[in-house]
Amino acid sequence: MKRRQERTRRKIFRKQDIPLYIMAFPTVIWLICFCYLPMGGLVLAFKDYKVQKGIFGSDFVGFKNFEFLFTTTDAFIITRNTILYNVVFIALNLFLAVGLALMLSELHSRLLAKSLQTVFMMPSFLSWAVVTIIVTAFLDRNNGFVNQVIRMLGGKGMTDWYLVIEPWPFLLVFINAWKNVGFQAVVYLAVISGISSDYYEAAVLDGASRLQQARYITLPHLRFIIVINMIMAMGGIFRGDFGLFYNVTGNSGALYRVTDVLDTYIYRGLMNLGNIGMSSAAGFYQSVVGFVAILAANKVVSKIDPDSAMF
Amino acid sequence: MDRQEKSRKYSERAGKNRKKLNRLSTKWNLAFSVILIFTALVTFLPLVLVIVISFSSTDSINRAGYTFFPQGWSLEGYAYLLKIGEQMVKSYRITIIYSVVGTAMGVLVMMLYAYVISQKDFWCHRQLTWFLFFTMLFGGGLVSSYIINVRYFHLKDTIWILLLPGLVGASNVIILKTFLRTSIPEALFDAAKIDGAGHFTIFFRVVMPLSKAGIATVALFNFVGKWNDWFTGMLYIENPNLVPLQTLLLKLQGSVDYLKTNSGLSGTPDGLRMLKTIPTTNLRMACTLVAILPILFAYPFFQRYFVNGMTMGSIKE
Repeated sequence: MKRRQERTRRKIFRKQDIPLYIMAFPTVIWLICFCYLPMGGLVLAFKDYKVQKGIFGSDFVGFKNFEFLFTTTDAFIITRNTILYNVVFIALNLFLAVGLALMLSELHSRLLAKSLQTVFMMPSFLSWAVVTIIVTAFLDRNNGFVNQVIRMLGGKGMTDWYLVIEPWPFLLVFINAWKNVGFQAVVYLAVISGISSDYYEAAVLDGASRLQQARYITLPHLRFIIVINMIMAMGGIFRGDFGLFYNVTGNSGALYRVTDVLDTYIYRGLMNLGNIGMSSAAGFYQSVVGFVAILAANKVVSKIDPDSAMF
Repeated sequence: MDRQEKSRKYSERAGKNRKKLNRLSTKWNLAFSVILIFTALVTFLPLVLVIVISFSSTDSINRAGYTFFPQGWSLEGYAYLLKIGEQMVKSYRITIIYSVVGTAMGVLVMMLYAYVISQKDFWCHRQLTWFLFFTMLFGGGLVSSYIINVRYFHLKDTIWILLLPGLVGASNVIILKTFLRTSIPEALFDAAKIDGAGHFTIFFRVVMPLSKAGIATVALFNFVGKWNDWFTGMLYIENPNLVPLQTLLLKLQGSVDYLKTNSGLSGTPDGLRMLKTIPTTNLRMACTLVAILPILFAYPFFQRYFVNGMTMGSIKE
């Protein structure tokens, strides 16, 4: 009712709004050029791309590109890797970040807490290019720190870690946590330190233990930001972190079985193999399923907890 | 001081009181401290290793590999970087242009849009918000963006590929909009309107000066994001004069040759002979360090803004 009244009162075009159109103009144009036009470009997945004909001029080939993609085992492997890694990243990082934040918030020394916080944030300010170099300092075959330690302990220490599959799932999980957990923890800490002390005082008067305080006061206050982060992360569950999976692993073919994700696959198809058809089919698959994932995540959240849903 | 600042100070004080009243036992405090300090070491030591390698002598690296305690220290890595570092200087320049100009343009454009969608009595503010927000949910992906940028916009190997596609960040606009809605009192707009001010006057005279905190947050996000961007360069740039710093680091990761072939020394026979003898590993680590130094020194002073931005992004109206 109220909204309808509002709408009738509001005139569609008013002279004093002209500046608003001008202000919105650059971003609208930008969104069309760099977001909506590429969205239209997704039709490429159903076409046989020819450079001379361009995206919109190339011939339709139906689902041929998808047939190619899904008849190989590639589609299964990259989907499994992408989802599995993301699930582990989300769960583990959340657990570690909340843990660190809770511990930081309880420290007696504020100075210590402040300095630790600064250290924890450091990796999130490094790019994957830098992290790649740091990782080689550890894993390099000839000089790397890991092989040096193995040699010191009497082993041969000549393993080329970029060719051995087994440790990589753990390495990737660790490296990702190393880079991202600290920042998350500090964000949660900021939320925790914003909680009014009244709650805790009341809890103490009622004889609540520290653990109970964390469980019934601190965590519920973190709920909102955690849920938002989860929705965003669920929406990105079909997106693999390219820097991690491509650069840090040295794009080593021997490791593809455990390191290849949708993004690296699409990139290789586009840049190295020139297989635009397959690449665009995988891209279409990623965009659409990712979109469904984010809608689903939001739907689930709005069922459980309507206040926390995004839209 | 603005409202946010005040509430932050207040909550900090509240936190202190709580601690006095309700402190962790000394035993647990010690345990937590040990765990946290250990975690901090795990976070920090890998970077220390890179720093140590950059100062190790080639001799030591050849004999003992990468260690935290090299047999010999030296500045060769940095000395050679000075000698053949033309490429490094070029890349630094590009990265600075990319970060500074890109951020300035981006923040202005995003602020304008955020202002428009924060106007509750503008008939299409909801539609415009959705027009933006939808791009956070759905996108065209790498392949079609690449083809469109290269084939239709001809942005490959130009400075514009760095400046244009990354101009607007939807989540940044949402942060700015939330900031405008929550921290600028609406009465101020009404007052300005009654005084006969148009939207442009209000935007530049009232909104911009009052949004310094929000702008700083978004600007810093953008700046660091662009400084650390290696992907755009990797995808679109071949011209050595336009390779950004982080992309250069990736190329060096493959081999230091990239630095060598783009050095003036490669033009003369003497120079070529010298280039052959140049050490590679400590040079590479020296480059890495030089590339991250500005961010490493600056972030401790600005970290508050990043945290604010993250918490602000999750405020809903």
